[in-house]
Formats: sequence, C-alpha cells, structure tokens
Amino acid sequence: MSEFEPVIGLEVHLALSTKSKMFCGCPAETFGSAPNTHTCPVCLGLPGSLPTINRAAFDKALMFALALGCSVPERTQFHRKNYFYPDAPKNYQISQYDHPVGEHGFIELGGRRVGVTRCHVEEDAGRSQHPLYAPYSLVDLNRAGAPLLEMVTEPDLRTPEEAREFLNKVRAIARALGVSDANPEEGKLRADVNVSVRRPGAPFGTKVEVKNLNSFRSVQRALEFEIKRQSRILADSGSVRQDTLGWDEGGQKTYLMRTKEGEADYRYFPDPDLPPVRIDAAWLERLRADTPELPDAKEARYVGLGVRADTAALLAYDTELSSFFDRTLKTSGGNAQAVANWLGGDVTGYLNANGLTLETSKLTPEHLARLVDLVERGTISGKVAKELLPDVIGGASPEALVRVRGLEQVTDASALGSVVDAVLAENPKLVDEAKANPKAVNALLGRVIKSTGGKAKPELVRELIVQKLG
Amino acid sequence: MREALARAEAAEGLGAFITLVPEALEKARTLDVRRAAGETLGPLAGVPVAVKDNLCTAGVLTTAGSKSLTGFVPPYSATVVERLEAAGAIVIGKTNLDEFGMGSSNENSAFGPARNPHNPDFVPGGSSGGSAAAVAAGITPLALGTDTGGSVRQPASFTGVLGFKPTYGALSRYGVIAFASSLEQVGVLARSTRDLELALSVMFGHDPHDATSLASPPDLTGAHGDLTGVRVGKVRELCGDGNSEGVLGALARTEATLKALGATVGEVSLPHAPYGTAAYYLVAPAEASSNLARFDGMVYSYRSGEDRLGQAEVMRRSRGESFGPEVRRRILTGTYALSAGYYDAYYGKALKVRRLIAGDMARAFTSYDLLLTPTAPTAAYRLSEKGDPLAVYMGDVDTVLANLAGVPAVSVPAGTAEEGLPCGMQFMAPALQDARLLRVAGALEAAAGKSFAPVAADFL
Repeated sequence: MSEFEPVIGLEVHLALSTKSKMFCGCPAETFGSAPNTHTCPVCLGLPGSLPTINRAAFDKALMFALALGCSVPERTQFHRKNYFYPDAPKNYQISQYDHPVGEHGFIELGGRRVGVTRCHVEEDAGRSQHPLYAPYSLVDLNRAGAPLLEMVTEPDLRTPEEAREFLNKVRAIARALGVSDANPEEGKLRADVNVSVRRPGAPFGTKVEVKNLNSFRSVQRALEFEIKRQSRILADSGSVRQDTLGWDEGGQKTYLMRTKEGEADYRYFPDPDLPPVRIDAAWLERLRADTPELPDAKEARYVGLGVRADTAALLAYDTELSSFFDRTLKTSGGNAQAVANWLGGDVTGYLNANGLTLETSKLTPEHLARLVDLVERGTISGKVAKELLPDVIGGASPEALVRVRGLEQVTDASALGSVVDAVLAENPKLVDEAKANPKAVNALLGRVIKSTGGKAKPELVRELIVQKLG
Repeated sequence: MREALARAEAAEGLGAFITLVPEALEKARTLDVRRAAGETLGPLAGVPVAVKDNLCTAGVLTTAGSKSLTGFVPPYSATVVERLEAAGAIVIGKTNLDEFGMGSSNENSAFGPARNPHNPDFVPGGSSGGSAAAVAAGITPLALGTDTGGSVRQPASFTGVLGFKPTYGALSRYGVIAFASSLEQVGVLARSTRDLELALSVMFGHDPHDATSLASPPDLTGAHGDLTGVRVGKVRELCGDGNSEGVLGALARTEATLKALGATVGEVSLPHAPYGTAAYYLVAPAEASSNLARFDGMVYSYRSGEDRLGQAEVMRRSRGESFGPEVRRRILTGTYALSAGYYDAYYGKALKVRRLIAGDMARAFTSYDLLLTPTAPTAAYRLSEKGDPLAVYMGDVDTVLANLAGVPAVSVPAGTAEEGLPCGMQFMAPALQDARLLRVAGALEAAAGKSFAPVAADFL
C-alpha cells in the first residue's frame, strides 16, 4: 500500500479571543457557563435584531492573515450561508465568501511552504446535544455568534504526522499573536481534513472530508485510517466516493455523514445588513506595528543567541515558555543556552510532573536567572541547583536558599586538601586501584564530595586527588 | 388620548389595528402630571401614534401580520419607536399590514384585511395599510410604516395622506422585522407636512445597532420655502399610458400647481425604469427567503407537530402552516433566485438592473432637483378585485425605483381619481436631499389649503 501517496488539506477553525461576540455585545468566552445564559436578541436571532461588526475580532483575523503572508483586499464583505439547523438561530450563518479577509498565504513547515488558500471571519453556531434515548434534543446558544477565523490550506500536506505538525504550528502562531487560545480541548481550535490518495506523480484522487476531529491526535489517527482505507480501495481497482465523513473516537474509525448528493446549496449572497468593510493602508500599518514576534523569528533569534536549534524551536513554539525565557534573559547575566536548558528541561519536567504551568507556579524569571547564574559562577553545583529547584519554583529566592542552608561550593584548596587526605587514608584499596587505572579516581572523587555535603567543586577535587596520588 | 383610543375602538370595522395599547392612557396621564409640574416635555409630548406591527415594541405583541409570530412579545423596541417615545409620542396601537410587509393591498394579513376609510369596500393599499387607514381616519395624526417597495407611499396615495420614505440609512432598521434589508426603510404617514417633519427630525440620527445607518442624517434645514426655480422632471416612462384617467388628471393638476408655484416642469427619461419591478421582485424575495428563515418554530415562532417527528419535519410543518400564500410564493421565488446555477441569471442580473436604475437617476438629478411620477398607476381598488399576484406587483412600478436606488421619496395627496377615491403623486430626490421633498410637500399643502388631506369622515 506504500505505492500510494496521501494528499492532505486542512480547514482550521480558530475561536478568536475577543471580549465580545462577532456581531453583538455578549461575552465571547462562555466555556463552562450554564446553557443559554450569554445571549441577546442579536445572537438569538430575534425578529428585528441586526448584527454589527466587532472591530476587535476583525483586527485579530486581519493580523493572523497578515502574519501568514496573505494578501488582504481593500474591500472585504460578509455573506450569508443559508442552511436550516436549530443551533443556527437565524438559519443562516454570517460568514465570508468571495471577499475574505486574506488569501494566498503560507506557513513554513520543515523548510517548505504549505499554502494557505484563504482566511475568513465568521460567527460560530450554538451547540446541539442529543441525549441518548431522549425524545428531544437540547440547544445551547451561548456559543452562537462567537467569532471564528476559518483557515483553509492548499492540498500541500503529505503525511498525517505533517498535518499534526502543521496544526501545532498554527496553534503556536495563533497564540503568539494573541488571536486565539487555540486549544482543541475547549474547542478553540477545530480542524476538518480533506484527504485523498494517488500514485506518486498522478493527478489528485477523489477526496473525502472528515469532520468531528477534536484533538490533533484524532486528526492524525483519522488521516492514517483514511489513507489505509482509500489505498485499499484503489489497490483493489475500486474508486473512492466524494463523501463527508465523521470520526468515531471510540471506534477509531471514520463513518459516513453525508454523500455529495446530500450537500446543501448554501445560497451565499452578500449580507444586506452589513456594508462592505474598507481596509486602508493605515489600518494595515497599525496592525503590522502591533504584531508580536512570530515563532519562526523567535527561533532564529534564540539560535542567534547561542541556543541549540532543537531547544530554540521548543521554546519558540510555546508562547508561555518563550515569553518566560525572554523575561529571564533580560535579568540574567549568564548564557542563553544555560537558561534555555533549565527552562526546557528541569523546569518543564518538574512543572509537568506536578501538574503545574509557568502561570500557576510561583517561579519568577528573576529567580530562575539567579539560579542559573549561581551555577554558572560556580557558587553552587548543578546538582545542588537541581535540589533547590522545587523550592525556587515554589517561590523561594535561590540566593536566600544558598545562604540559609550554607550550600556554597567549597573552592578553597587548602580546606579541601585535608578532606582529600582523610579520604585517601581511609581507602587504601581504592587508592591502589586509582593508581593502576585513572578511571577509578571517580570513586574517590565521589567520597570526597559526599563528605563535604555535596559542596565541593568536582573539578577542583579531581585536581587535588590526581596531584596527591602523584 | 382617550379620544384617539375611542376612535380606534369605534373604527374596529376598519381593521386598522391588530393590537391596541390601553396603557397609552396611563402614559398620557403621567405626561399631564409632568407638564403640570412645569417639566419641559418633548416635541411630540402626548401625540398618539400608530405603529405598523412589523416594528418591535417592548412588551407589546408584535405579529408582522403573520400567524408565525402569534404570541411574540419582543423584549425590546425598535430604535425609531424608542426615539418617538423619547420625544413624548405615545403608541396607541399596532397597525395591520400585509404579512411581513409582502403585499400592496393589506389583504395578505393573517388578521384579516384593513379597509379604506374613504370607502370600506376598497383596499387601503399596503403593506402599511393599517397605518394609512389610521391616519386617514383621523385616529392618529402620525403613523409609522415600513417601505420596501412602496409600502408607505402607495397606501398614503390610496387613502389621501402623506407618505414619506427617507434616504436609505436615514432611519434605523433596528427592531424592524426584516423583509428585504437592502431596500426597506421605516417611513412616516401623516396628514400635514409639519407633522411629517417633526416625526422625521426626532427619529433621524445614527444608530450604533444598525450597521447600515448613516453616520450623519439628512439635513432638514432646507425643508421650508417656496418652489421658485425648483426643477421638476416628470419621468417619461411612468407618466403615460399605464395610468388610469383619474391618475393622469391628478398628475396634470399637480403639474399646473407646481408651475403656478414657480417650479419648472420638464420631462426626463429613466430608460431602465420599466425593468424596476422585475428587479425588485427578485432582490426582495431573495433577501426575504433568508430573512424569514428564522421563523422555524424552534425558539419563539409558531410551532407545529410533535417533537418526535424530528426537528426537520417540525420546521417544515411550522413554516408551511404559518406562512400565507404570498409569503410562501416569495420565499420560493427568492430561494430559487439564489440557488446554485441560477444566481447569476436572476439575483445577479437583478443587481445589475438595480445599478443601472441608480445610474439613470443620478443622471436625471444632474438636470432636475426632483423627479415626479404618480405614486401608483391607479387609485384604490376593491377588496378581492385583484386575484393575480402579478397584477398586484405591477402596481408597484412607480415606487420600487426609490427603494432600488436608495433615494428618498414622498407621496403627496393630489385630489381624487376614479370613484371619488384619493390618489397621490410621488416625488423623488437625490440621496440625503430629503428636505427637498418636505419642501415640495409643504408648498403643495399650502396651495391646496385645508382640504389637502381630509379626514375620511364615513369610516364609522
């Protein structure tokens, strides 16, 4: 089946992180609220109500489009997408059609460009619930009218892993720009996939769309499933039907939602309630000026500071980490790689293991900087620093900890000399071994450090032992 | 106020109102108390007004003339209603209309027809038929209507009152139960130009709730003065054969009066005017098909069937049972016009005609200050006289142009036509030049003297 090559495109919905909904003043963030408590005549679609455009949402959508290198038209417009469903209170969705906010952008992935066909703004629908065995359905309109950005890619992705990496990148960009929290768990990033397979070099095959993917993992699994399914059909000289499928998370398989014949005719037409929006150069200029540094640029900057490429990428694509890293560097005298290692390694490890985040922990950039500086200056060993880390993350000052606990490294050769003499005298057997085999020095070294309570500087101890063994 | 309510109740046979608001009396008493206490009240303090029932009124049943909104009590008022009330006006009732504003005779109302106060065997016009009847019968001096293709001007013509449709965007549409958003404007019916101007001036002004509301409203300072040197262009395509003898006679009389008042009257061509009705009857239904989609029985509108039938079937039944035949016809027409494969041929083409008509008008306004046509080709007709919907549509030939172009227009009483029934003449002005229309209406009113818009006396 490896004779077939997958062709993948994505449709990504990002919930824009604005205070209010797309076309009314209700709060946009209603996650966890009681049903139908954040609604008004506009988002309920009551007769006579009219939409007005949320400029903040529009700004965020434009900023995202610009960051993806999209061309932004001088005039953009909203259209109505007409379809009947109870969670769409007007029975049409205000969306964009032939004048979206951005077209022809791209995202760099592994050194090549994945094309972004378009970005458009639209309103979200409510949520329907169909309780099992109940003779009714429930509709929660809290989410109805929340602002969404939909991004559609070109069919430029080739593997499920790549699709997942792409989504990670989209999330990182959205978070870096502050346009969306982009977390799939809360439905702030939702992806549909289009996938077909073909023999390499052949024209595109018939694609299917898979919906209901609520995690990046589901995206990858659904793609893997579909690629196998379609390849098997083609290998048996069958043909793939252009269907819309759903993803069954429990069964880890796709299922038929509707066939192409069942597709609705959405009868798009310009929304007469919303005049076209003119986007002038000054507006774009202001947005460009307000655009924060993007992950790719961050990564390059970190590498320039001497951070290893893999660590730089790890930090750059995580908004919290990179922001913390930048703030730590500002107050640290030490090298960037050391700070990066601590942050990306032990700090993250400890936080994850204890169910914490940089936000919920009491770690400050200043304290992390001091801790790294203490190690870099040789005041404490890396081992001691690691032992201090939980307290530092708990909010303690590393300098105060070192002072109070008397943890400064012993670097005085004469003071250490007597300890070394004592250890050598107590371990004649090890002394003999060390004389025969230089590697056995480590055993003596360990004993010396242990008897100083870990405070002896290892390099110095080694030097003294070698000297005394003559 | 008591008198207005009493007249409204006495005139029940007129079918002008769907709902009366007895609380109006209490409001009037409160105003009296405030006045007695020396408070300065608004310019319309205590004036009873009638409001078309497709304008939302907080706490008062609002049906849009449709079974689908039986029992709908809006939690908010339309901006225009709020502004009238802020100026002291008191809403005494909600007036009858063709369902959702779709009709020209007020016969398409789920609550029965309204009748012409000048002769109850005749229609009052539509869709703001109830509002026109209320003003013509002297129940209220002012009424609000909505005008999507002539729905204020044509009933004004049929009932012998003034009917004004402002520049698109001059009055907020917030709270207007939408029929065709890009065409409709709230309009005013009145018996005097002064009342008209007063009502417009308190309702004009940007509304942040309506994205199509103008940032700054038309300037009404030029609303007074004589007609010396005013250039009036009679629209050639609409002032000939298609009109009844009586209407042509009224046109000639108006022309003579205008000249006598110092205006010049010439003839101008709007070459695409004959296509206006066809374009209108594509654009309006297309928008309506989407605007009326929300009446599905799910949240607040008429609901049919049982839940176990499933939401799709409940929606289908609710809509099928609650919409009248004209509304269903227009939803189907509009849905068709927007469908894949037909969009360009119908909706797209109609938009082109719309642009051409706006272009025709812009050219005409380079030579003329005002354009003149009859408001409708005939005076009022008898109830049930016109069974063919197309015949009714053709009656909108004069009025749809102003909606398609977004320009202001007024129907001014012009005496009587056939069977002693009134008829009006329509003036159109360039966008934002609403004041010119008030000026010509005021001048014609002054010239006509007291009988300009007589109260129909025999409505009881």
